[in-house]
Amino acid sequence: MREHQLVVVGGGPAGLSAALSAWEAGVTDILLLERDKYLGGILNQCVHNGFGLHRFKEELTGPEYAGRFIDLLESTAVQVKTDAMVLSVAPDKTVRYVSPDGGCQTVRAGAVVLAMGCRERTRGAISVPGARCSGILTAGAAQRFLNIEGQMVGRRVVILGSGDIGLIMARRMTLEGAKVLACVELMPYSGGLNRNIVQCLQDFDIPLYLSHTVTNIIGEKRLEKVVVSAVDEGRRPIPGTERTFECDTLLLSVGLLPENELTRALGAEMDLRTNGAVVYENMETSIPGIFACGNVLQVHDLVDFVSEESARAGAAAADYIQNGGTTSRRTLRVENGDAVTYTVPQRIRLDAAGEGVQVFFRVNRVFGTSAVTVAAGEKRIARFKREHMAPGEMERIFLPGKLLALAEGDTITVSAEEAEA
Amino acid sequence: MQDVIIIGCGVAGAACAYRLSRFRLRLTVLEALSDVAGGTTKANSAILHAGYDPEPDTKMARLNVEGVRMAEEICAKLDVPYRKTGSLVLAFSREDRALLRTLLERGEKNGVAGLGLLSGDEARALEPELSGAVLEALLAPSAAIVNPWEYALAMAETAVRNGVELRRSCPVTAIAREEEGFAVTTPQGVFRARYIINAAGVHADRVHRLIGEASFTIRPAKGEYYLLDKSEGTRVSRVIFQCPGPMGKGVLVSPTVHGNLIVGPTAEPSGPEDTSNTARGLQTVRELAARSVPGVRFRENIRNFAGVRAGSGRGDFIIEESPTVPGFFNAAGICSPGLSAAPAIADELTGLLAEKGLPLKEKESFTDTRRRVRFHDLDDRARNELIAADPRYGRVVCRCETVTEGEILACLRAPIPPASVNGVKRRTGAGMGRCQGGFCGPRVQEILARELGVPPAAVPLEEPGSYILTGETKEAWS
Repeated sequence: MREHQLVVVGGGPAGLSAALSAWEAGVTDILLLERDKYLGGILNQCVHNGFGLHRFKEELTGPEYAGRFIDLLESTAVQVKTDAMVLSVAPDKTVRYVSPDGGCQTVRAGAVVLAMGCRERTRGAISVPGARCSGILTAGAAQRFLNIEGQMVGRRVVILGSGDIGLIMARRMTLEGAKVLACVELMPYSGGLNRNIVQCLQDFDIPLYLSHTVTNIIGEKRLEKVVVSAVDEGRRPIPGTERTFECDTLLLSVGLLPENELTRALGAEMDLRTNGAVVYENMETSIPGIFACGNVLQVHDLVDFVSEESARAGAAAADYIQNGGTTSRRTLRVENGDAVTYTVPQRIRLDAAGEGVQVFFRVNRVFGTSAVTVAAGEKRIARFKREHMAPGEMERIFLPGKLLALAEGDTITVSAEEAEA
Repeated sequence: MQDVIIIGCGVAGAACAYRLSRFRLRLTVLEALSDVAGGTTKANSAILHAGYDPEPDTKMARLNVEGVRMAEEICAKLDVPYRKTGSLVLAFSREDRALLRTLLERGEKNGVAGLGLLSGDEARALEPELSGAVLEALLAPSAAIVNPWEYALAMAETAVRNGVELRRSCPVTAIAREEEGFAVTTPQGVFRARYIINAAGVHADRVHRLIGEASFTIRPAKGEYYLLDKSEGTRVSRVIFQCPGPMGKGVLVSPTVHGNLIVGPTAEPSGPEDTSNTARGLQTVRELAARSVPGVRFRENIRNFAGVRAGSGRGDFIIEESPTVPGFFNAAGICSPGLSAAPAIADELTGLLAEKGLPLKEKESFTDTRRRVRFHDLDDRARNELIAADPRYGRVVCRCETVTEGEILACLRAPIPPASVNGVKRRTGAGMGRCQGGFCGPRVQEILARELGVPPAAVPLEEPGSYILTGETKEAWS
């Protein structure tokens, strides 16, 4: 069996960044496996700009952003295998994959980074009633058709869900000459970034219907109409509020799901809130030497943060390979308090916390002037002020190692609350 | 002049074609849709019923039990996914318990082997996810699950391989009596035959009326379903029924041969083509299913669908020569357990045709096997042999179901190739998984366009008119 120091599963932004940082940390034998024909993952179809503001301090398109990393990777001896689909990862860190030129192969790794990304929730996941005609597709699939295949998917469009891909596609379809009639969002707030609401809907006079949903789909062969209704506080459609849009296309932008089939089969502990693995402060899963990062761990809003998180995973994998596993006398569990839907990491090993730990989380409603608090038991150990928080925008706080060391008990709780200005 | 024209290539028509194709006969199958088995056969519970439901001494009872017995062998020969899981009918009340005894009696009269009553606790020992409210259950070990669509395809393919002519997108618009038989008009021309088998499913009465008064009326009834992700696929290991009511066999919870969980159906009178889902229907499914198996996680849903049953007012299958049109044979009113009975229905009709003079001389050579590559189910050694011979078996197109480009190309070379994205999905599983083609849909479309030699926009989702793409994006001026 062939052996590698590190195997990275996935050649999107997370895998690229993890492989690069492991290389920079001195790991010389790295195999990166990508199922598509090209590196870059979903960035390749994101031809709009806005990538890299944090990482490179300039606005890049998705392919440009990926290109920066791919160029860097080409200057290393990281072995890249495209058209290679990973079939399984085992706790002993053997990785099985298949490719047209090598068939099914099994390799043994000193450490593994899981970077498979995420997929879109579909019509089935939200059980939209109505006909099953053509003209209904996820926003990401439409994006691939337009931007990779050069194919147009429709002329009169309704978008269900206000996730970022849906917003981006509202603009993209408009620029290609389609008429986007409405963006319909079940929740009373958008699931996307505020800048995308402004730049992709408002700038093109596309109405956003908050607290609305699609309640019927009509079309014999191709989509002909969708019926949209207002919903009450329990998200139930309100009879009598129906309005009909004549359209040939319904794009769904109703959320992303980390693609964790390999992780579950591996037996790593999973977090039902993120749909990703439970990880320690260094992105290590419950299985020693197997790390997870990027959208397979938690769905991010900005690729810059995917790169950053994955660089930490790559560096941690390097440390694991070079120095062995992390041990700690004390491990804190990070719990969700009021208004917080999840945190990453979910565990912090105090002896490995070093200077401190970035904790990512999301809130469950829109906040104005507010505060994020961290408590150990009854005792508050940190408080962070915020001007604005929303479910569509990932939040993060930095918990210094010294502060964590003061925490009593074995849990800390992150909460959000309204605060005086 | 053909010996027999079969109108409709659902599971009944396909079974007839398969049965008759072993004899020295000239046969044509006319299918209105662009693909085979696109009606009731495509959208149902995917169950082979043991046979305790139908009233004794009906055709339904006899052909159900006989058909299920035949299905096991046919599925083995023709490489159709099939698993004998057994089934349970649950009782929640005294009335239900009385009904279980009726079903047990009926089943024994119908010749169903191995039936037995279990206490609630015994049933829960077999199926730990069953509700605590279950008082008693009827166990039927001979019930099975199957891929109904591939079952029909496999029989149709084998018929074609043995010389049967299949015309798709070929709806019958007129039928006329001629001296020696019938002239059947379609957009693809006029077909002539001595005998006709009407297996037109929800349209069987309309087809019959093209040539004469029909003695039956099809009363379509829609059933809505959930199909859940494989993470729910082991919630139960048998088909879990509730007690049957006037509109059907109630809501079931069952594993599928693909490893998913199917939950449904409702039963509502509907139009023959109405396969839309409704909020009310889906809610009914969720509520009723929770009585049997409270732990089903509907958030793991990957697809809803609806099918239309082609029942008639008669309460039994209509398998007979038309009383008004000699030489015109009906396989009509084939509602549940039609899938279970299909091969026995074909045998029955073959016998009726023989009585009316159709000569049944067996062919000297008859191909009665079929194999297809299922990359997902192979071990690595078998996979590597395939990939060495054709590297495209090493390129995974559908990541959820692990379907390779090689399998997609193979289905395009099969006797009944697909002409749509959904046609590829049904044949190979590409797009059937949890992402529902979000990733592989564009790839499948590209492969289909390339192999069929048409622009991508010419590849439909299903029937002509169900286009996916409207053309190319704006191009830069050069």
